[in-house]
Amino acid sequence: MDNRETGTFKVKAGLAQMLKGGVIMDVTTPEQAKIAEDAGACAVMALERVPADIRAAGGVARMADPGIVEKIKAAVSIPVMAKARIGHFVEAKILEAIGADYIDESEVLTPADDRYHIDKRDFKIPFVCGCRNLGEALRRIGEGAAMIRTKGEPGTGNVVEAVRHCRQVLDQIRELRAIPEDEVSNFAKEHGAPLELCREVRKEGKLPVVNFAAGGIATPADAAMMMHLGLDGVFVGSGIFKSGDPAKRARAIVQAVTNYNDYDLLARISKDLGEAMVGINISSIPQEERMQERGW
Amino acid sequence: MTPLIGVLALQGAFREHIDAFKRLGVGTREIRALRDIAGIDALAIPGGESTTIGKLLTDTGLMPATREKIASGLPVFGTCAGMILLCEEIEDSSQPRLGSLKAKVRRNAFGSQVDSFEENLLIPELGDPPFPAVFIRAPFITGIGDEARVLATVNKDGENYIAAVRQDNILTTAFHPELTADDRFHKYFLKMIGNSAKRTT
Repeated sequence: MDNRETGTFKVKAGLAQMLKGGVIMDVTTPEQAKIAEDAGACAVMALERVPADIRAAGGVARMADPGIVEKIKAAVSIPVMAKARIGHFVEAKILEAIGADYIDESEVLTPADDRYHIDKRDFKIPFVCGCRNLGEALRRIGEGAAMIRTKGEPGTGNVVEAVRHCRQVLDQIRELRAIPEDEVSNFAKEHGAPLELCREVRKEGKLPVVNFAAGGIATPADAAMMMHLGLDGVFVGSGIFKSGDPAKRARAIVQAVTNYNDYDLLARISKDLGEAMVGINISSIPQEERMQERGW
Repeated sequence: MTPLIGVLALQGAFREHIDAFKRLGVGTREIRALRDIAGIDALAIPGGESTTIGKLLTDTGLMPATREKIASGLPVFGTCAGMILLCEEIEDSSQPRLGSLKAKVRRNAFGSQVDSFEENLLIPELGDPPFPAVFIRAPFITGIGDEARVLATVNKDGENYIAAVRQDNILTTAFHPELTADDRFHKYFLKMIGNSAKRTT
């Protein structure tokens, strides 16, 4: 008992390890959270609005009302995550105070700091952060993130950006593996990544924390593809509750992540899912409205 | 001959169990579908989300088949979510389960993630040093029959609860030996498998 230690990096990164092979679903009400849990979600992300609606509404998007997060927490037994704005350490402290299980320092919300991310080591609650490349991933881990996800382009139902970000990270890990040891310091400089973490990735051949897909996943096939690309699990934001039959689609995506190699099963569960969310082509979104550009 | 260990790979930290068994030189097979379960000598059920794994056990048809194999003596090692799925009674929950162990378990027994912790546990059966136990949104057992062998307890608000227990062919821990480099629980399980193989041959 006297040697008990809470808030260690091991327990923070460990919870992410327990989420592997699972689907984390965006929900905005306790009822949706129940649907997600019953469908087999391994966690839910409690929000006031899903990314597609945030995108449509415009204006400033902030942390959800803590009351909504608490109600969702009371409705389910699985972990409940919540989003704080990039750099908004007080929103994060509030989410920690109400006992959320994980914080997503998220580009889906409007950044609160245009230079600095939250110092995530200063919390007992773990953080997940988005990335587009290895340098960004390692900067976030250096700041204390215990889990990483691709940024993708949230609220679009278009998987192309998540695929790009995933492949980018993997390409750069391969590049890092291939260079001689005395060039690692220059690699760290060029990618804006902490040198020690670059050395670790070079040695292990993978990120030191769990890495999920996020940003544009809308179908079981999308989810299975991200697992094939080597990611550990999947966030589905607007893709479920903006579709025609959320419960059925949620169940299908859960099965797709477990059985990403079983194409007969994928064919079966992809049938009659009702309408998918409306998709948006990335080229039609002006640069300054792309959420993935947020974060430094 | 070394045993073939099935590792339930529906969701959660199954890779970490596979790595631990690999370090000990034992072969493993990922169990994702009914066809994978034939011919295994033992089963590990990893940490993860017990509701998710329970749902997938049901959807895949693995639930009754696995339950039957455990009932007929298949050695099984469940950690965290694995402990929950193995227990017959889950406090305040009707979620799907294997229910092989006559015990009552409490989910998220310590609270939210901020209450997750590491603690070195004294486990007489494993000897020195204390075991580095990682509790993540962990359960504990609140009730079990006298015939069970309690291996470790954990304290909450001055009360001791069961954190690791062995009964017949079932070994289960509320914490995650698969997240540490200490393989003593995995070795202990291999010994259980060896003994049960000797009995059946």
